Amino acid sequence: MDKHVLLRDLDIPDIRELAVYQANDGYAAWRKALTGMKPDEVMGVVKDSGLRGRGGAGFPAGLKWSFLPKDIFPKYVVVNGDESEAGTFKDHQLIENNPHQVIEGVALCAYAVQAGTAYIYLRGEFYEPARPLQKAIDEAYAAGLLGQNILGSGYSLDIHIHLGAGAYICGEETALLESLEGKLGQPRLRPPFPAVQGLYAKPTVINNIETLANVPPIVLNGAQWYRQYGTEKSPGTKIFCVSGRVNRPGNYELPLGQYTIRQLIEMSGGTIDGCPVKGVLPAGSSAPILPVSALDTRLDYESVQAAGSILGSASFVILDDSVDIVWAARKMVRFFRHESCGKCTPCREGTFWALRLYDKIVGGHGSSHDIDMLADVANGMANKCFCLLGEFATSPILSTLKHFRPEYEQFVREHQNGLPNTYGDQLIRDHAISVAGGSVVEVAY
Amino acid sequence: MADLINLTIDGVPVAVPKGTVIVDAAKKIGNDIPVFCYHPKLKPVGMCRMCLVEVGTPQIDRNTRQPMLDAEGKPVIAWMPKLQTACTTPVSEGMSVRTNTRQVLEARNDMLEFLLTSHPLDCPVCDKGGECPLQNLTMAHGPGVSRFDYEAKQHNAKHVPLGDLIFLDRERCIQCSRCIRFQDEVADDHVLQFHERGRHMEIVTFSDPPFDSLFGGNTTDICPVGALTTADFHFKARPWELDNTPSVCMHCPAGCNISLNTRLETHTGGHEIKRVMPRQNEHVNEIWICDKGRYVHHFSRAEDRITRPLVRDARGNLSESTWEAALQLAADRMRGRKVGGIIGDRLPNEDAWLFGRMFREVLKSAAVVMSPAIPAAYADIARTYGVGKDTDFKQLGKGDVILLVNGDLEQCAPVWFLRLRQAVVDRGARLVVAHDRPTKMHRYAARIDKYELGRAAHWASEQAKPLAEEFKSARNLLIVFGDEKLSAEGARSLARSLANILVESEHAGKANSGLLPLYPHGNTQGVFDALPSGGAMPERVDVAWLVGVGENNALPQSAFTVVQELFLTELTKQADVVLPALSFAEREGTFTSADRRVQRFYRALPALGQAKPDWWIIQELAQRLGAKWSFQDAGQVFGDLAAQNAQYTGLSYELLSRVESQWPPVGRSDLYYGGTVYDNTGGVGARYAAGAERAGFMAAVEWLTPPEADIEALQHLPRVLYQDGELIRRSKVLAGHIQFNETEIARAAR
Repeated sequence: MDKHVLLRDLDIPDIRELAVYQANDGYAAWRKALTGMKPDEVMGVVKDSGLRGRGGAGFPAGLKWSFLPKDIFPKYVVVNGDESEAGTFKDHQLIENNPHQVIEGVALCAYAVQAGTAYIYLRGEFYEPARPLQKAIDEAYAAGLLGQNILGSGYSLDIHIHLGAGAYICGEETALLESLEGKLGQPRLRPPFPAVQGLYAKPTVINNIETLANVPPIVLNGAQWYRQYGTEKSPGTKIFCVSGRVNRPGNYELPLGQYTIRQLIEMSGGTIDGCPVKGVLPAGSSAPILPVSALDTRLDYESVQAAGSILGSASFVILDDSVDIVWAARKMVRFFRHESCGKCTPCREGTFWALRLYDKIVGGHGSSHDIDMLADVANGMANKCFCLLGEFATSPILSTLKHFRPEYEQFVREHQNGLPNTYGDQLIRDHAISVAGGSVVEVAY
Repeated sequence: MADLINLTIDGVPVAVPKGTVIVDAAKKIGNDIPVFCYHPKLKPVGMCRMCLVEVGTPQIDRNTRQPMLDAEGKPVIAWMPKLQTACTTPVSEGMSVRTNTRQVLEARNDMLEFLLTSHPLDCPVCDKGGECPLQNLTMAHGPGVSRFDYEAKQHNAKHVPLGDLIFLDRERCIQCSRCIRFQDEVADDHVLQFHERGRHMEIVTFSDPPFDSLFGGNTTDICPVGALTTADFHFKARPWELDNTPSVCMHCPAGCNISLNTRLETHTGGHEIKRVMPRQNEHVNEIWICDKGRYVHHFSRAEDRITRPLVRDARGNLSESTWEAALQLAADRMRGRKVGGIIGDRLPNEDAWLFGRMFREVLKSAAVVMSPAIPAAYADIARTYGVGKDTDFKQLGKGDVILLVNGDLEQCAPVWFLRLRQAVVDRGARLVVAHDRPTKMHRYAARIDKYELGRAAHWASEQAKPLAEEFKSARNLLIVFGDEKLSAEGARSLARSLANILVESEHAGKANSGLLPLYPHGNTQGVFDALPSGGAMPERVDVAWLVGVGENNALPQSAFTVVQELFLTELTKQADVVLPALSFAEREGTFTSADRRVQRFYRALPALGQAKPDWWIIQELAQRLGAKWSFQDAGQVFGDLAAQNAQYTGLSYELLSRVESQWPPVGRSDLYYGGTVYDNTGGVGARYAAGAERAGFMAAVEWLTPPEADIEALQHLPRVLYQDGELIRRSKVLAGHIQFNETEIARAAR
C-alpha cells in the first residue's frame, strides 16, 4: 500500500489544516455528492464498496443506512467515538490528526440518509482530541461546508460533539444513545433497532468514526477503487492498533486479509527483548485470546473468527512469555467488573464473583476448585447477558482457561496458604488490594 | 379473534393474541416461567434474565417459502442458538418453546445463584418473608447451597427512607426496576431512578419532596423482594399470620377493591388492621390502589372510638349509658316532633336505605338529606346519563374522546387517573380538559380550555353546542366532571350541559360513553339512590339526627341532637345522644361507586365495644317509633333495597359476590408474576344500568342557566386527596401529608 487511505496524516503531516486537506482532495467527495449525486446514489456507492463497520461488529455500513425508514423525520447520524475497548486508539489519531476526513465522512453519511443533525459522541477522556475536531468543524462551517444550505445545494447539516462521562458501556450503541439523551448509560432492548427508533426515538444511523472516515475516498473514487484493497468479504483497509509487549506500539493501516498476525507483530518491531509470543488479544479485552498456534491467521474478519476469536475493533494486544496469564486475565476481568452497567443479573453479579475468585487465587488462597468455579461462573454468564459487555467479560476467563489452564494450576500450586510471593505483593500494591482477615478485600479502584 | 397466533410450549398448543409475549402465553396454559423484572402491567425490559427459554420457529424452505416438514409431516423447527428472554419475545405463528430442558433449568439455577450472591438472605427479619418471589423461586428453581464466598457479601444501608412512606433496603434490592417503571409508566411520577452502575447500582428518589407520588405503595406490592416496604407495615407482622378480608375503599368515587389484612393483637385485646392491600378487580382498579386507600385505615382502631352509647346528663355532661336507655330517649324525643336527618356519603347503602325509609314511612318527613349537600343537586343527572352498564375503561383508546371538566382527576379519583391516562397515553384516546387551573391530566390533553375561577358551569353552557358537534364523530365520549368551587345550582347546571353534550353528540346511554362524576366519597351515588328524592332541610327542626356526617357541616338549628359516630368529634360534643357506630371494617354492606358499580365489603374485625352498625341503630329507633322491621343482617336490608328501588332491581348479595377469572391472573399463588396483590374472592360487583339505557331513548334535559358565581363558592379550596378530615387525621402515617388544614382554609376564606 503506497499511500494511507485513513491515516493520511502519516503521508501529509499538516492535513489537519483545512487548506492542506482541501489541497489533497479534501471535501472533493462532499462537493461531488452535493452537486451531482442523489442521496440514494451516495448510499449505493457505499453499499457497493462493501465497507463494513469498524467499531467491532463488522456490519455492512451501506446496508445499515438503508434500514432507515424514508418517510420519518427528523433522522439523526450518531458517530460512535467512545473508543472504549481496551487497547483501541485509532479514532483518537483520526480526530486529532485527520479530523476533516472524519467530518466529511459524517456529512456524506448524513446526506445519504437525509439527516439534518449529526452528533459525534466522544468518550469523556477525549477532551483534548475533541479540540482539533471542534476546530475543524468550526473551519468547515466558516468555509460553508456545514450549516445552512451547504454550497447552495439546499441541504443543511449541523454537527455537534458530545463528550461522554467515561463508561465503557456507552460504546454500546443503544447505551450511547441513552447517554446522549442525558440518561443513565444502559443498553436498550432491541427491537426496535436504532435504524427505526434511535436517538429521541427517531431513525438513527450509528457508525464508528473509522467507518465514516472511509466514506469520502469511497464516494470520490468509487466502490471498485475501494475493493482493490482487502478481500471479497472484508474489503478496504483497516487500522490495527498494536499494543502490549512490542517495540513499536501504534496504529498500522493495512489492507484487510493481506497480512498475518505474525507479520503485524514484525511491523510493530517485534516483541520487547525478542521474547517469544505467548498469546494475542485481537480485539482488546473483549476477544478470546489466541495462542501462538494462531499467529499465521490472516487479518480479516472471517479468518480471525475461524481461528476462534473476533477481529472486533482490531486492537491487538500482544502478550509475550514474560506476562503472567492469570495476572492478565484478572486485570481484564477487573475492568469488566468495573464497567458492568448493572442492568442484567449475570453481568452485574458474574463479573463481581469472577473477580473475587481471581483475587482469591492471586492472593494466594486459591485451589484448583476455584479454577473450576471460575469456569462455572463464566459459563453461567455466557450467552445469557442482556448485551455484549457481559458476554465479552467471559472471554478472558474462558479463553485463558482453554489455552492456559496449566498456568492457572501452576499458579495455585506456587501460591499456597495465603503466602503470596514478592510478585503477589507487587500485584497487591498495584491494584490496591489488601489482605485482611485471611481473604482479599479490594479497597479502592 | 382473527389475530390469534398459534404456538406450542413444551408441546402444549396455545393460541394468544398477536403481540403477546411468551411469558404471558405460557401463563395462559398454567406454565409458570419464572420472572423478576417482568410484570404483566408493565412494559418488558429483559433485565433479570430469569425467564430464559429455548425458542424455535418453523424452518422455511427458501424456494417454496413454505415451512419445511420432517418425515412425520411435522414442521421442522429451527432452534435459536441462544436462550431467549420469554418476557421480551413476542409469539409468532408456529413458534415452539421449551421451558423444561436441562439448558433452561440450568440457566434459572445460574440466575438465582447470581442474584443470591448479593442478597442478604435475611428472610427471618424481612417483611416480605413468606410472600417473597425471590424466596419462592429459589425454592423452586435455585441452588440448595451457596458456593459464593460469604465474606464478600455486600453490606449496604438497610433502612433508606424514600420519602416518609416507603423504606428501601439496599441489600435486598435485585435491581429489577419494577418500581421505577411503575412510577414512570403507570403513575407518571418520575421520582425514582437508578444511580451508579454495576453492583453499586441503587434505587434513588430525586424528587423534592422525596418519592412524591400518590401511588408509591404499589411499588411495594410489585417489588419481588423485600427491598421496598411501607412505613405502615414495616416490622408490623409476618405475612402468614395475617387474615385477609375482601373490602371496598370508600374514600373516593372509584370504589377500589381492597383486602384488609388483620391479626389478633394481644396488646389491644382484639384484631387490628395491619395493612390494606389491593384486591384485583380489572373492572375497577386492576391491581392498584392509591396511598390514601392504603394508609388511611388507622381510624378503625383510633383511640377515641366511641364504644358505648352516651347521653347528656342532668349536669350537661355526656355520660355513658345503655343502648336501651339511649335509644328510648332518642325515640321519645323524635316521636311526634319535626326531625331533620343528615347522612354522610361514606355510609353504606343499607344504612342510607333504612334511614330513607324511616323518614318516608315512619317519620313521614321530607327533611332528610345527604352530606355533603352539593352532589345531590346533580346525582340524578349523573345516574341517568352515566356511563353505560358495560363500560370498560380498558376499551377506551383510539377514536374515543375523554372530556374532563372542573376536576383534578388524580386528586379526586386517583385510580381512574391511572386508567384514563393509559387510555390516552398508551391507547390514543383524545383528551380535552377544561379547568380553571392546571392539573396533572393537562399533561396529556390534546386540547385545554381555561375558564375563570368558579365559571365551570358558564363554560359548559357556552361550549356545549360546539363540543357536541365536534364529538359527534367520536367513537365513544366519556365525560368526567367535578363540582369543585361550584354552588349546588352551578353544579346542577354544569351536569345538565354536559348531559346535553352526550345527547346531542348521540353518545348518551351507550357503553364506554356517559357522565362520570367526581363525587367526594365512595358512596355518594349509593346514598343518593337510597334516600327519598326531593329531600330538603329546613332551617330549624326539633330534633337533628346526624348519621356519620363528620365535621364542618351546615346543620339545622335544633333543640335536641342525636349523633351516630365513630369518634368523639366537635359534633358529638354538642349532641344530646351519641350512638356508637361500627366502622366499615367491623361490619358488612355495599357501596355504589360513582360509575354505579355496587360492591360488597365484608367484616374484617370484631365489633368494638358495644358499637353497632348504623342500619341496626336506625332499625332500633324505627321499631320504637312503630315500624315492624326485623332485618337480621345487612344482606336482608340490601334485599329490601333491591326489591323496592328500581335501580337496584335484580341485584343481590349473591350476584355481587360473584367472582370471575381475570387477566392477568394474579393472586396469592403466583406472587412472582403479579405481586402481592390479592386475588378477588369477594366478588367483582355489578353495575346497574344508567337511566338512559333503561329508557332506550334519550332526550335532552332542560338547560339551566348557571348562577353568577357567588363569592362563597369561590372560597372553596381545590379538592385534594389528602384533604383534612376526621379519618386522615387519625392515620399514623398520612397525618403529615394533610393539605388544607383549618389555618389554610381560614386564610383562603379571607
